[in-house]
Amino acid sequence: MSGSAKKVRVLIRPREGILDAQGKAVERALPALGFGGVDEVRVGRLVELETDDPSRIDELCQKLLANPLIEDYEIEILDD
Amino acid sequence: MVWGVLQFPGSCDERDALNACRLAGGEARLVWHGDDDLGGVDAVVVPGGFSYGDYLRAGSIARFSPAMTAVARFAAEGGPVIGICNGFQVLCESGLLPGALLPNDSTRFTCHQGELVVCEADSPWTAGLEPGQSISIPVKHQSGRFFAPPDLLEEIVSSGQVAFRYAPGTNPNGSLEDIAGIVSREGNVLGLMPHPEHAVDLLTGSVDGLEIFRGVIGAQVG
Repeated sequence: MSGSAKKVRVLIRPREGILDAQGKAVERALPALGFGGVDEVRVGRLVELETDDPSRIDELCQKLLANPLIEDYEIEILDD
Repeated sequence: MVWGVLQFPGSCDERDALNACRLAGGEARLVWHGDDDLGGVDAVVVPGGFSYGDYLRAGSIARFSPAMTAVARFAAEGGPVIGICNGFQVLCESGLLPGALLPNDSTRFTCHQGELVVCEADSPWTAGLEPGQSISIPVKHQSGRFFAPPDLLEEIVSSGQVAFRYAPGTNPNGSLEDIAGIVSREGNVLGLMPHPEHAVDLLTGSVDGLEIFRGVIGAQVG
């Protein structure tokens, strides 16, 4: 990748209102480990990548990184 | 009748699918995920398993394989396609079927003999079954919770695209409307979470799955 490559971070999470089974599983496990009083756990994904053309990241998210029917995503372009 | 059964890295039900196709009738062969040509098959099975390790989301990477591009073309021309379990997830991710499959609400992998009710979808895959009929086929999956936003769900239900529902009180994953399987608007593409290819021999308890494969043969002949 050339020197002009930009670092991009994409945060993907289950859409509001959709039951997050992973989050629920984590939440249920916590009391057994002694962590009481923790709730509303949601599990998402963080994808980091480098690209010369950040203008296409939204399309890339729509087509692969996220499924817009069930997931929201936020794109962060990092300046180094 | 020639059946093509797709094989991705991580597929695991392709052998049972080949067996089911042959028992239903005809010749069956594997189609490698890297092939961009289906070799003139008459019907396609996208089998269960964990294509590409189910990385990212179940089915999300398989949709970009050359074989799936060929399947999309085949389906657009009216060719019969069935996606079972991971195959259903792949078809949804590909946009060949509406909606998405989420992790089971129980947070657990489920594996049991399930009871399904046949719905009124107009499809060659259900041609050998009667609406309201009950069939017994295995259910085994981690991400089978069918989901669609309210307007899309309404469209799927009102246009008669629901092919199978879990019998009342037996929904194993929290799927909306108890949906176990749906068809495309045109009816030629079926996706379902339960496994008809595992219910083709009395040795394993049921032969109800065979009717789904036979339906397509009937439609080809008829």
